Amino acid sequence: MDFASSFALTTAELILTGAGLVLLLWTAWAGDKAAKPIAYAAVLAFFAAGFTLVPGLHDGAIGPATLAFGGLLKIDSFALFSKALIYLAAIGCLLVAPGFFNSDAAGTERGMRAEYAVLVLFAALGMSLMVSANDFMSLYLGLELNSLSAYVLASILRADTRSAEAGLKYFVLGALASGILLYGVSLLYGFTGGTDFAGVRAGLTGELGTGALFGLIFVMAGLAFKIAAVPFHMWTPDVYEGAPTPVTAFFATAPKVAAVALTARVVFEVFGAQVEAWRQIVMFTALASIVFGALGAIGQENLKRLLAYSSINNVGFILLGLAVANQAGAASMLVYLFIYVAMSLGSFTALLMLRSKEGDLYETFGDIAGLAVTRPAIAWGLLFLMFSLAGIPPLLGFYSKFVVFQATVEAGLVAFAAIAIAASVIGAFYYIKFVKVMFFDEPVDLVTGKSGTAHWVLLAVTAAIISPIGYLLTPSLTDLAGKAAGALFLTI
Amino acid sequence: MDGFPILSIMLLVPLAGAIICLFVEANAARWTALLATFATFALGVMLWANYDIGGDQWQFTERAELVAGFSYALGIDGISLLLIMLSVFLMPICVLASWGAIQKRVGEYMSAFLFMETLMIGTFAAQDIFLFYVFFEAGLIPMYLIIGVWGGDNRIYASYKFFLYTLIGSVLMLIAMFWMVALAGTSDIPTLMQYDFPAGAQTWLWLAFFASFAVKVPMWPFHTWLPDAHVQAPTAGSVILAGVLLKLGGYGFLRFSLPMFPQASADFAWLVFALSMVAVVYTSLVALVQHDMKKLIAYSSVAHMAIVTVGLFAFNVQGLEGAVIIMLSHGLVSGALFLCVGVIYDRLHTREIERYGALSNNMPYYALFFLLFTMASIGLPGTSGFVGEFLSLAGIYQVSTTVALICTTGIILGAAYMLYLYRRVAFGPEKNEDAQAMGDISPREWAMLAPIAAVVMWMGVYPESFLAPMRADIAALDARIAAAAPASDSQLAVGTPKADAANAVPYVESHSNDAKDGEH
Repeated sequence: MDFASSFALTTAELILTGAGLVLLLWTAWAGDKAAKPIAYAAVLAFFAAGFTLVPGLHDGAIGPATLAFGGLLKIDSFALFSKALIYLAAIGCLLVAPGFFNSDAAGTERGMRAEYAVLVLFAALGMSLMVSANDFMSLYLGLELNSLSAYVLASILRADTRSAEAGLKYFVLGALASGILLYGVSLLYGFTGGTDFAGVRAGLTGELGTGALFGLIFVMAGLAFKIAAVPFHMWTPDVYEGAPTPVTAFFATAPKVAAVALTARVVFEVFGAQVEAWRQIVMFTALASIVFGALGAIGQENLKRLLAYSSINNVGFILLGLAVANQAGAASMLVYLFIYVAMSLGSFTALLMLRSKEGDLYETFGDIAGLAVTRPAIAWGLLFLMFSLAGIPPLLGFYSKFVVFQATVEAGLVAFAAIAIAASVIGAFYYIKFVKVMFFDEPVDLVTGKSGTAHWVLLAVTAAIISPIGYLLTPSLTDLAGKAAGALFLTI
Repeated sequence: MDGFPILSIMLLVPLAGAIICLFVEANAARWTALLATFATFALGVMLWANYDIGGDQWQFTERAELVAGFSYALGIDGISLLLIMLSVFLMPICVLASWGAIQKRVGEYMSAFLFMETLMIGTFAAQDIFLFYVFFEAGLIPMYLIIGVWGGDNRIYASYKFFLYTLIGSVLMLIAMFWMVALAGTSDIPTLMQYDFPAGAQTWLWLAFFASFAVKVPMWPFHTWLPDAHVQAPTAGSVILAGVLLKLGGYGFLRFSLPMFPQASADFAWLVFALSMVAVVYTSLVALVQHDMKKLIAYSSVAHMAIVTVGLFAFNVQGLEGAVIIMLSHGLVSGALFLCVGVIYDRLHTREIERYGALSNNMPYYALFFLLFTMASIGLPGTSGFVGEFLSLAGIYQVSTTVALICTTGIILGAAYMLYLYRRVAFGPEKNEDAQAMGDISPREWAMLAPIAAVVMWMGVYPESFLAPMRADIAALDARIAAAAPASDSQLAVGTPKADAANAVPYVESHSNDAKDGEH
């Protein structure tokens, strides 16, 4: 285990680190005027980093050869898959940002800040570390790097009180969650004598002691906080509503992928011998997220808040795959994640396109009434996205639910699946409300602003992915997710 | 026809039309839709002409392994063929019915209808259980839009109710499908139809499928979405809803519940009978007091579909054949009745029965067509309704006298509410001036109603054309489920025939002379 091979394994992270530092200097010297080129440079860095993942993704990476830095990191197929998804999401959020911040009426205070791209870079770097963590130390390091960048991102519009409030709330609650997680880790360290995943796992075989059980529960609670699963979801609507929309799009996609991947790795690699101990927690959390995510969304008028509840709802379905606790379940979870990222990015991009001539963003149902008449392209895009989120075939959102439920039923959890899918109908209620407002109501014709090319391209790409054409992606997606899940289950 | 993928082309033609319609202006969209539906109908005629009666059970099969975990497998048997014919036959009529009635967002409207047609054909032709589900469920999207965008005043409530009701039923079916595929190891429908599921699993699977199909049929008490959806939908939407979408429920029982879970079907037959008996009597009585024409016909649909479900669960050939024939007949007749309502609605913009009256004076041809379809709905011999109801009731009589007795009251009540409707609309005093000023049906309306009338008579006079394609399939189904058939309470016993015919007049010598005289 020499440093050369460790560096070779972490090329993507090194590229992101280097790019982050260089762009930070550029930011310091050039200031906010260069915000746009910096964002595009960051996109390039993500592409370069993503490119280094391709060989590993293609050939599959498992076993001891994937350990870097003395076992602190594990760059296996699972980590590669998650990273690829995180980078794609980050690219999407970088591309839509200039169009949002640099609208005509935004003024200097609301203009794009050059740090935006740098913070996204560092956040993604933190996520990269999270998903490849093989030790609680590197896990925490990655988590905090991601979280600290995210807190700043949430409040990047300093003059906007909502944005500042979102940042503060996110920070306080996020810090609390990190504390809970850390406390759990310390308990596990105390009862097993190690921080590396293999060591903790070795200490957790057989009968689970009360102390270790508490450690497990605290770790699970901290992770549930990060993925915004019920009952630790309450920060999500406020933060999603307050943060600038491109940042919300980022929060709903990349960190979610990272946190879910991290949770999967922890439960399988650390608590793999104690499946029964965590499974009931995950099952409860999954069902509760599906139900509360759906019920909470019903009364919402603010679209961003509604999508926040929608993301809670979706986390429930993702956790369903986790609760299956086998390789098929993990693979289905990864497929779901990919489709979820596409749907979320598309939805938030569509929200970004709802603006007045002056560039002000519209965020409530009342503003988009009759959008199908005034702006048919956006309305049809949103229609497909919403039906897809509701899981109606033939859209790809159906396929994501299809694989998750298939894995659940095949594992014998038929009643659990039946309850979960029945609860998903509640969610359909507010997704079709989008369609009702846009297609059935009288037009108000508020949305008159022009949208940038990046927005149109991203909306078109995500709409194409979730349309039936997207099924063409499913063979490679299944293949990659299968490899990734295989890497995760090597230790069990 | 070997190797010619006619079913795929039948799916693609309307789909292509749907995409074109989205991008063209109103009149072009109308013509595109008409052309596409006629082309599909022509393909349907080809399909029927080339269907080999008595040949393979599954014909025109196509198969491609799809990437997404289920395969693209199409193929039809006689039952599917007839239901596909019903769909493609009604579609051009729907387009014609919407010609002038729909003025806003015509392109999107026609597109939704054509998309719907693709999905309906796909549902009937799918041979993979998940592919079936995709087609079955995707129909929610266009129908939700059709009701919600182009519907009446209360359209939003109706569209929500339609969407959520149907969704909750079908998601449970999806879980059941996963379970079935996990048990049987295949998602191929013909294989699953021969697979014997364990008895314990059958019960739950049957209930899950029942949740979906009972909503779709709809059976009492899951029918409440139907009157709302019908009343609010535009005319053509009602035609498709009553004509084809309700048949998906019956088709589902026929294709899934009965052959795949024969034991559970037999165990739950009492449930189906009970719900159907309530439906026949209750919804007929409800229909009797309606003031809204569409609502009346909607309730009558529930009553007619109840006779379908009774026939299906009779577990014998007559019942099954009768059920399919009622489905076809009801598809035509209720569709035509909704068109008849649409014709006068377009003129007076109300569905209140009281606002009309004595239309036979100023609209004689309209009154003629309306009468024919009213009679067909009642089940007058010579119309399609009679054939189906007779067979279905004859089938159920062999199983249960009580059920047959109560369901037969549906025919009497059916006559009551339909004739009462007809009297109030077409006869009676001339009480509304504006109604008396309406002109008779236009050539476009002739073109809508006359073909349906012709087929209704054809099916009534010579049902063999429609029975022949499905005879072998019904026989196969009957053979599959016969073992599980519940015991009959009719206590049918085969007696010994008498020597003479029942109406033979005893020969009496003394009358012979008179008879001879009579001959002269």
